Amino acid sequence: MNAPNPNSARPRTIVEKIWDEHVVVAGTDGAPDVLGIDLHLVHEVTSPQAFDGLRERGLPVRRPDLTVATVDHSIPTTDRSLPIADEIAAKQVSRLEENCRDFGIPLHGIGSPNQGIVHVIGPQLGLTQPGMTIVCGDSHTPTHGAFGALALGIGTTEVEHVLATQTLLQRRPKTFEVRVEGSLHPGVTAKDIILSLLSRIGVGGGTGHVFEYRGSAIRALGMDGRMTICNMSIEGGARAGLVSPDDTTYEYVAGRTHAPQGADWEAAVERWRTLPTDEGATFDRSISFDASELTPMVTWGTNPGMGFPITSRIPDPDAVSDTTQRDSLRAALQYMALTPGEPILGRPIDVVFVGSCTNSRISDLREAARMIRGRTVSDSVRMLVVPGSTEVKRQAENEGLADIFREAGAEWREAGCSMCIAMNGDQLQPGQYSVSTSNRNFEGRQGKGGRTFLASPLTAVASAVSGRLSDPRALL
Amino acid sequence: MTDQTHVREPFRSVTSAVVPLQRNNVDTDQIIPARFLKTVNRAGLGDELFNDWRYLADGSPNPEFILNRPEMAGRQVLVAGDNFGCGSSREHAPWALMAWGIRAVVASGFADIFRNNALKNGLLPIEVSPEELSRLFELVEADPDAAVTVDLEAEELRLPDGSVVGFTVDSFARRMILDGTDELGYLLTLEDELAAYEASHPPRVSTLAG
Repeated sequence: MNAPNPNSARPRTIVEKIWDEHVVVAGTDGAPDVLGIDLHLVHEVTSPQAFDGLRERGLPVRRPDLTVATVDHSIPTTDRSLPIADEIAAKQVSRLEENCRDFGIPLHGIGSPNQGIVHVIGPQLGLTQPGMTIVCGDSHTPTHGAFGALALGIGTTEVEHVLATQTLLQRRPKTFEVRVEGSLHPGVTAKDIILSLLSRIGVGGGTGHVFEYRGSAIRALGMDGRMTICNMSIEGGARAGLVSPDDTTYEYVAGRTHAPQGADWEAAVERWRTLPTDEGATFDRSISFDASELTPMVTWGTNPGMGFPITSRIPDPDAVSDTTQRDSLRAALQYMALTPGEPILGRPIDVVFVGSCTNSRISDLREAARMIRGRTVSDSVRMLVVPGSTEVKRQAENEGLADIFREAGAEWREAGCSMCIAMNGDQLQPGQYSVSTSNRNFEGRQGKGGRTFLASPLTAVASAVSGRLSDPRALL
Repeated sequence: MTDQTHVREPFRSVTSAVVPLQRNNVDTDQIIPARFLKTVNRAGLGDELFNDWRYLADGSPNPEFILNRPEMAGRQVLVAGDNFGCGSSREHAPWALMAWGIRAVVASGFADIFRNNALKNGLLPIEVSPEELSRLFELVEADPDAAVTVDLEAEELRLPDGSVVGFTVDSFARRMILDGTDELGYLLTLEDELAAYEASHPPRVSTLAG
């Protein structure tokens, strides 16, 4: 934590510092602030209508040098040497290629060594840096908050605004301190921290706020773990989530393609060291819990807030007094075909998905590979491992992780969003159960009629091996 | 302060019977499932609105789902539970609602991104208290065809029993919708301020380098 700034009358949070530095026009006469944007990430699904809007008005992209595009959502994760079989998806991808060419935006497309899930490649390329404002037409943009950036998910109309003006109209968010102290036990991961938070505050608990994740348990995490946590800020309804930067952050960024070099690096780190929340700064809301009390978490329902420790029993709707809440719980259990009072451990499953912008980075794959090594995927389970980027894939292959997954009986895929969003043909069949390292267990999210248990990569592997929802601590 | 480019018809109020959807946390994957996001257009998503609730496995309409009741056709106000529009940032959600004919959603809470996306398209997110929402659901249950009026100009929701519930919509977005103008028009008037900001705020990275 930073000492109070002598030049400032009031200690500030990192969110306030980043905000204050990026106000282009302060909101007056009822208008929101106009916020300058340092980096705009673009993908194929939420951008075509925005580019159409520019064409209709005859506008250029104001800052192609602050804009970068990739393809991730609708592309196949099978053999990339073949044309995309889905004609509608193929058209969407070619539309992005045309738009990037016409407007001068760099594109890491299919075949590029830098292609990947948009929230994986930004950090990997060193484009994501502390103190930046970052936007993307994707709700998981808060992933980049792990670096101490203010990263907001936006809609397509806002994508058009940013393309045209490199600004965003926004009202100042409230701040929400999430303090996690103590040490995680073996087998308990960053994913379990965020699933635990969501189970405490619910999917609307952070609406209107930006989470700042703090405390010794957060500090102890590497950047991949911090990204996992920040990634799911939206699942708590927050507008963003971030971690004040520290040496772990700087070490990760150093030497990457777009990281500052030489004297610029020294100057950047000096600037970044002023970002962390000042001692004495206040938050609009706070919650704290102890990492040492956490166990592996899993969701049982149809939103990410419906989670509990994996050793729990399915909750009973009749014990809930509020009628709408009770109806929602009943609907969730009906969709999931689960019975109140039954333990969730041991539940047979059909598919295991390791991937998504939540858990597809090299550390996730290393942890998963370490656990599955020498074991095999159950005959009753289909397991997909989908690296978050082409670079993560290359790295995992070089480290022998891909062979470990293949030898265990898992499918090793090309990089993309894949079964997290099920736009590309990687999907559950109606009625199937998955254990998924992704971020959403909404009805039909992984395929119409599919049922999702969200969990960590370790829980996913333990479940793949046994064919049933399993506690990874038994395999450590 | 705004550019006078009219991008849509000015909107003041809507009077309509309601589509009641008494569920909390209706997420945007339910409003419009991801497999329909491969379109490159804004239009034509009305048939896919609430697709997985609306159609059975064989593709036939689900008779249990509210939107499939014949009397719902043409209704312009949806009433739902808390935290409507959570999840994905897909603007296809308000596009699909509007393509079906919805002009206002009344709920006791909205997810931030959905609320933003809705307002930018002239779809009104009307937030009322949980008590007011319960009363509205009760009135609709008593008389399913009763009309409500959402008056954006007055920021009033007029219920079938004659009572009036006040609401607030973001003042800036409200002005845009009443005038039929849009925010990009406003942003484009700020060229001098933007140039000054860019001069004093050197780029952190260049995506074109490296």
